[in-house]
Amino acid sequence: MDLYEYQGRDLFERHGLPVLAGGVATTPEEARAIAERLGGRVVVKAQVKVGGRGKAGGVKLAEGAEETVARATDILGMDIKGHTVHKVMITVTADVAEEYYFSYLLDRANRTFLCIASVAGGMDIEQVAAETPEKVVKAPIDAVKGVDEAKAREIVTAANFPAEVADQVVEIAVGLWQAFVAEDATLVEVNPLAKTKDGKLLLLDAKISLDENAGFRHPDHEALVDQATVDPLEQAAKEKDLNYVKLDGEVGIIGNGAGLVMSTLDVVAYAGERHGNVKPANFLDIGGGASAAVMANGLEIVLSDPSVKSVFVNVFGGITACDEVANGIIQALALLEQRGEQVTKPLVVRLDGNNAEAGRAILDGANNPLVQRVDTMDGAAERAAELAAAGV
Amino acid sequence: MAIWLTKDSKVIVQGMTGSEGSKHTRRMLAAGTNVVGGVNPRKAGTTVDFDGTELPVFASVADAMKDTGADVTVIFVPPQFTKGAVIEAIDAEIPLAVVITEGVPVHDTAAFWAYNVARGERTRVIGPNCPGIASPGASNAGIIPADITGTGRIGLVSKSGTLTYQMMYELRDIGFSTCVGIGGDPIIGTTHIDALAAFEADPDTDAIVMIGEIGGDAEERAAEFIKANVTKPVVGYIAGFTAPPGKTMGHAGAIISGSAGTADAKKAALEAVGVKVGKTPTETAKLMREIMSAG
Repeated sequence: MDLYEYQGRDLFERHGLPVLAGGVATTPEEARAIAERLGGRVVVKAQVKVGGRGKAGGVKLAEGAEETVARATDILGMDIKGHTVHKVMITVTADVAEEYYFSYLLDRANRTFLCIASVAGGMDIEQVAAETPEKVVKAPIDAVKGVDEAKAREIVTAANFPAEVADQVVEIAVGLWQAFVAEDATLVEVNPLAKTKDGKLLLLDAKISLDENAGFRHPDHEALVDQATVDPLEQAAKEKDLNYVKLDGEVGIIGNGAGLVMSTLDVVAYAGERHGNVKPANFLDIGGGASAAVMANGLEIVLSDPSVKSVFVNVFGGITACDEVANGIIQALALLEQRGEQVTKPLVVRLDGNNAEAGRAILDGANNPLVQRVDTMDGAAERAAELAAAGV
Repeated sequence: MAIWLTKDSKVIVQGMTGSEGSKHTRRMLAAGTNVVGGVNPRKAGTTVDFDGTELPVFASVADAMKDTGADVTVIFVPPQFTKGAVIEAIDAEIPLAVVITEGVPVHDTAAFWAYNVARGERTRVIGPNCPGIASPGASNAGIIPADITGTGRIGLVSKSGTLTYQMMYELRDIGFSTCVGIGGDPIIGTTHIDALAAFEADPDTDAIVMIGEIGGDAEERAAEFIKANVTKPVVGYIAGFTAPPGKTMGHAGAIISGSAGTADAKKAALEAVGVKVGKTPTETAKLMREIMSAG
């Protein structure tokens, strides 16, 4: 889960890291209250999870409460690269003398964590690394030993931080690591880490990703999810413990296993190239051993997407027996009818693996006009794409 | 023969008394796996009956190894306890630990992996979030269905469970030496490269299927490894060509970050070193079939 900047600022503040005083507002009136509390000159920043908001006019200075209200009014509701601004962060300003870069992140290739530090901050670190690689230090972090003062000093020395800020950077490096671990983050990026004209260091921006697998030890992280931007179908699926991602196409997809479902999306997209360019409408993994109720919940979510014109149910029976899956589909359709849902969209079903013959026989026996059986994955994808194209 | 798991492997189950653990212990036994016991400190000294096979429960992995000579552990404990269970297995220096559990925090995986490295990697860790390893006809450690395919001379390494099963099914008439599901998490113990190296060295494997998916650069690094070290033919498949950037597709590690981790980049890297990459699982199986029939 990626956090907004204001959530990152709050998180840093909770962990005792130096940030600018501020708050977040969803209305101009809330912005006024914050400006009055902070006093003087403030900066009003659009809260969107996309870069380039400054250039888009999403970051403005304001003097006093009236101006803050005016700037917040301008920015709230603004569209930045397809993201509507629902919140603005308001902070006091800082006199910045120098800008550095500091981050911790997951290093998948080396199966550990990585620290990236640079005295050239304030711009895209990938650009810095490409143009002046000598200014970027990448230090692997041992996940057990972590970052203590000695490790932090090693990084600070390697990155050539100026002597007058070295102690402060060491302290921030240790504190930031502690926050990174305590919050189960997979990324904490501070860009810029700024030195003010009076020589103090401040974390001026925050890009943070949290590990959703660690949710069981962070009940507070659930509140960081921005409900306003969650797709309603994704929300409904989550409430039913389904692994669903909304996409832009017309062919609803239900399968078992993340890899097989990803593969199904691809196969449907290839088939779509021959049938009106239809595309997958979603990713939905019902997992192993899915019951009729799970299948019904999945079908309900997929069918409630108005852009879906056909559904492809692609199941490889590994542990799950295909006869159970077939029964699940038939029961699911009956269940939806009982719930008062009018199912009119065609379903293409491919069953393979454990008890596939029995499963196919059950589908044939049920003789449901909406259910079509195709016995290969590629063939079934072709049929589902064709039906979606005809239904568009 | 096979890699890492053979008919002589003695398997214990951490979490054998839990619902998933007991279900799959029963399945492993039915597949002919030599399961010799389980670990649960609270039930140590008791036995569990699996359709007539009485399996002892031990207080620790070390105890189980001492008593049974176990050399493989399969871990089914919930995510909260997985790090502790793996560290216990590493401390006992069991040669192979297969971590089935899904949903393990990545900080926990990073920690047990760093711990393993610090102790000289005496334990091979497969997973987490993986279906396990199966050497058809010999042994089965994990949740891979045992009856899909018989023994043969293809080696399979995959990030995905169901795609593993699909590929085993498509090539069931030819058969497999060993199928390894390495898991779809961002940090995993055993990588594509480890499996490729083992299959290259295995006299009973003639060709290798490698299944990858979006996220990270494991497939790109595997391609470099193949170029330098693998003489046996390799066929590849990558899932997630049409996945949008920034969205996690089921597996915690299956996410395109910015422009990194795309299926196109992985396919290109593999093809550049002579690996044939199928567009669909079926096409991939066909490529392998051509290689095996050409002998």
